[in-house]
Amino acid sequence: MSVLAERLTDTVGAALERFRHLRDIAAAVGIWAFIASLFLWFFLAETQLFAIGVIVGSVLALGAIGLTLIYGILKFANFAHGDTMMLGAYVAFFALTGLLAQNARQDTEIPFSLDSLPGSVEQIGPLSFGYGLILSAVVAAAVIALIVIGLDRLIYRPLRRRGSGIVIFAVVSLGLAISIRSVMMIFWGPSPRVYVTGIHPAERFDLGFTTIALKADQIFIFAVAVSLAALVYFVLFRTKLGKAMRAMADNPSLAEVSGINTDQIITWTWLIGGALVAIAGVLLALQAQLNPNLGFFLLLPLFASTILGGIGNPMGALLGGLIVGITQEVSVGIELSIAGQEILPLAPGYKFSVAVVILIFILLARPRGLLGSKSL
Amino acid sequence: MRAERLLTPASFLAITLAVIIMPAERSGWSFDGVISFLTAFATTVAIFSVFTLGLNVQWGYTGVFNFGVAGFFMVGAYTAAIFTKDPPESEFVQYVYGFGDKLDFIPFLASDQWLPFLFGTAAAAIMAGALAFALSIPTLRLREDYLAITTIGIAELLRAVTIEERGLVNSARGLIGIPRPFHDFFDPGDYKFVYFAIAVLVLLVLFVAVERGIRSPWGRVLRALREDEMTTAASGKNVFAFKMQGFIFGAMIMGVGGAIFAYERGSVSPDTFSPFFATFIFWVMLMVGGSGNNKGAILGAYIVWGIWTISLQLQGYDLPEVVKSRIFFVRDLLIGGLIVSVLLLRPQGLLPQERRVSIWAEREVRRVTRQRPQPEPSGADPPVT
Repeated sequence: MSVLAERLTDTVGAALERFRHLRDIAAAVGIWAFIASLFLWFFLAETQLFAIGVIVGSVLALGAIGLTLIYGILKFANFAHGDTMMLGAYVAFFALTGLLAQNARQDTEIPFSLDSLPGSVEQIGPLSFGYGLILSAVVAAAVIALIVIGLDRLIYRPLRRRGSGIVIFAVVSLGLAISIRSVMMIFWGPSPRVYVTGIHPAERFDLGFTTIALKADQIFIFAVAVSLAALVYFVLFRTKLGKAMRAMADNPSLAEVSGINTDQIITWTWLIGGALVAIAGVLLALQAQLNPNLGFFLLLPLFASTILGGIGNPMGALLGGLIVGITQEVSVGIELSIAGQEILPLAPGYKFSVAVVILIFILLARPRGLLGSKSL
Repeated sequence: MRAERLLTPASFLAITLAVIIMPAERSGWSFDGVISFLTAFATTVAIFSVFTLGLNVQWGYTGVFNFGVAGFFMVGAYTAAIFTKDPPESEFVQYVYGFGDKLDFIPFLASDQWLPFLFGTAAAAIMAGALAFALSIPTLRLREDYLAITTIGIAELLRAVTIEERGLVNSARGLIGIPRPFHDFFDPGDYKFVYFAIAVLVLLVLFVAVERGIRSPWGRVLRALREDEMTTAASGKNVFAFKMQGFIFGAMIMGVGGAIFAYERGSVSPDTFSPFFATFIFWVMLMVGGSGNNKGAILGAYIVWGIWTISLQLQGYDLPEVVKSRIFFVRDLLIGGLIVSVLLLRPQGLLPQERRVSIWAEREVRRVTRQRPQPEPSGADPPVT
């Protein structure tokens, strides 16, 4: 009898083992079905906030792509990324207006800045800004890329040579985050700023079942974010540099013995990550405002997007950024009651906490992320 | 080599001189002024040392990477406040419970002056430990940076909860009028000395507890874990359980720190628990002092809080307007730059980690070396990485 039972359990166990991949597939289907139905509900119930979420999400995605590249290739969590993003926004602000804070109330202006170019603040079509801001964003991308490469040479490279652990890198990057934040406070003061003042009307779009209002700027933000993400995809998967970067993310030692110049790849990684995050910062400040305190809070949605998509996976970061951005925006507007208890909408102060909840869920359910962390 | 050996005493001396001379000069060399300034300074150092001790248990000994000290700090401070305050009276002040009047159940020995505080501190430790327990389940099995990101997020989440939930802890206005232990026994002017004594006593008790714990077989497993998880697991130790215990033990110490912080300030509000003030500064203190060394943790708290205080004192001097109006930001830059340069130039901190395995083994070594003289083992050890 017991022999029979034993044989039976063995057979069942072997069968389960054989169909293990089926269980994994079922889990994956479950997760994707859950996400798809959740977002269908979001879209139908709160179309307006969903649209805003897509725009915020595309900006987050741009930041998260840079973060995930650094995480995947340099193997550490860069806690300075959120503040670097904000610094990018401020560098563009400085390039555009030439303003520096003199004291709490007054600004001083340096003699030359991009807005003194002829016609640079004239509005392009329906957009609220002129070509001056676009030039400033390019300047910011270049400056931030140079700064992060410089910081890598000065700080991270000696740590790498010494073989420091990831914790030391993380603590150093947190120290840099605090330093960058105080530099922004020193030069531009703690109060929020905007690129272009004034009210810019939104345009209405009829979707059949509802209408949504979007500003031309917001559509511009989305277009820029998507084209930059496409550019990163092209670089990573269609160029030799991208191939080397992916090889290094996969196995740094193997990449090195295969003749890949790892130092050069690290420089390229910082360059791409820095430029992307600077432009993300400019786009974010265009959508919301410039605020030196925002940098730290941005870390939470950025890391949530990175881990959600799978560390080192840029397409995952794109998807993660969109999911986090949409959930974040929709959760403060959508209504949901369970058993007479109102659960949603959340109070606006919880906006960044949504990212934390997503992060904890994904760590419990799928720590490798939705798209897996090895597919860079 | 020689100059490097002088670094620790020199920085200690410089900070000590500065925190004595600056207030003395600004108060016109008044003895009372300096004493009261130094008492306040030393009390804060003692309280913050409790946090660095807790962080040292987590990072320095167990290798658990907690970037959300603010969360445990906040849970400790609010729990302690709720356990000692009376229930809310007016409708403008809203918070849950307020156990202060119920906990004073011994009718003699003036128990209202100390009993609620004991309960409050114990509850603070338990709540912070419970938070650590809950957090360790999803994160401790994963790579250490996941824990860092999660704890940083949870600290922010908890701060958002205290602000948004109106009836919980009086939202953004915070809790004020927290009672203080033994307050009625002393002249209000002398109370600061009493509280200094309390803070130092708590610190000493915790210091001895941590030193004992770390030197015990349990502590040896923690330190082995920190050095090499694989080997420890291969020696048959349950890595997850030991990591969890180290994490919870450190969090409980931070809870106690939150409690004595709340009783010292007499008020708590969400502003205090910003990631910079309530997390980062403890990391700087631990890294400057030397992680893996409890004395280093306390020395680090002293040095960094000294720099912090001195940079605020500079405000009273005749500085150019450009610097004066930005003194807070310059101070933040100084602290941020300090940790980067410490980790780059002196990663072991001011007091390097002690390579002591067990006091028994050490006695044995001493006995053996006394019998046949051997060269001293070198004191300086590889960097803490």
